[in-house]
Amino acid sequence: MNELIWIFISALLVNNFTLSMFLGLCPFLGVSAQLQTAFRLGLANIFVMVITALASYALNTWVLIHAPYLRLISFIIVIASAVQFVEMAIKKLSPELFKALGIFLPLITTNCAILGLALFSTNKGYGFLEGLIYAIGAGLGVTLALVLLAGVREETRILQIPRLVRGAALNLIIAGIISLAFMGFAGLFG
Amino acid sequence: MSTEKSRVAAEFIKGLWKENPVFVALLGMCPALAVTNSAINGLAMGLATTFVLVCSSILVSLLRKVIPKQVRITTYIVIIATFVTVIDFVLEAFLPDIHKELGAFIALIVVNCLILGRQEAFASKNNIGMSIIDAAGMSAGFTFALVSIGIIREVLGNGSIFAVDLFGKSFEPWIIMILPPGGFFSLGFLLLFFNWMTERNKQKRSKTA
Repeated sequence: MNELIWIFISALLVNNFTLSMFLGLCPFLGVSAQLQTAFRLGLANIFVMVITALASYALNTWVLIHAPYLRLISFIIVIASAVQFVEMAIKKLSPELFKALGIFLPLITTNCAILGLALFSTNKGYGFLEGLIYAIGAGLGVTLALVLLAGVREETRILQIPRLVRGAALNLIIAGIISLAFMGFAGLFG
Repeated sequence: MSTEKSRVAAEFIKGLWKENPVFVALLGMCPALAVTNSAINGLAMGLATTFVLVCSSILVSLLRKVIPKQVRITTYIVIIATFVTVIDFVLEAFLPDIHKELGAFIALIVVNCLILGRQEAFASKNNIGMSIIDAAGMSAGFTFALVSIGIIREVLGNGSIFAVDLFGKSFEPWIIMILPPGGFFSLGFLLLFFNWMTERNKQKRSKTA
């Protein structure tokens, strides 16, 4: 049980996917202009991550034992079809949510946090339950980072900032400061 | 002939500076920050990406009339994943140290949006020669960006460059630069520098005109 809590906290805070492993930076910088969209994208991320974790566990157990060199190709195909499937399901079940997520849903396919999750949990040799907890922790961590950056960015809009600094440069420096704050978690459970 | 030559040069150079994938287009930032805690790692990542980008551009350009439009993205991803698997195993066999250092980020070249972006925007519409030039220019720009971030972070954070000690023992390394926040800060300030250069060039041009 302790082990599981440690995996969760580690993925959520200590080794935060976005802020200390640099995974999924494109949506992190691209979709963090508004708090609400950022939060929704985070939720979609958690969803796809959990599905990917389950699928990669199944692949690892039954297929890749026989053909390890197919790992990358099979993971990416599974992720692409999972995203496609989720997209169709959401479209059918809740058209409102589908509208709200818009283009971000299909773009999750090329989010390196998802493939990274599958690869890392394979490298660490996580079992079914561990992989699931790891996925939920990592997904929440990505959401947390997105929401934090979006919150700060909404505030900067009303500040007077030199034109030269506005845009990506400012966002990266803000991200750096948030990441600095997350370094404080490094000693946790050390 | 000379116009043909100048077009080739222009396609190559645009990737280095004017359309630099990292500094201008902000593509492929995950590897640009994750592995650049030293100049050598940045160089290795840049070269691995170069290999994947050039090879997949060749293949996509060759097959551009065969691939059905509806499944093109999936096809590109499978082609890219194949070459990434190749470079992953090659590095593991010949340069195990570097492979260990870069870890999962070699495998993550698959989802580098720079590569997929070039297939969609260029290789699927142009002949092999031009595609190779474009891919080479873009990856040269990517490698250039990675190495410059790597150099900044290594010099400040470790007091060395390409693992050669610069300042001697009295130097107190600025450790934060090789840790994750340093990556964000370095790229942020490099972007600032790029913005400033572009702005200054613009002003100069408007003065002379």
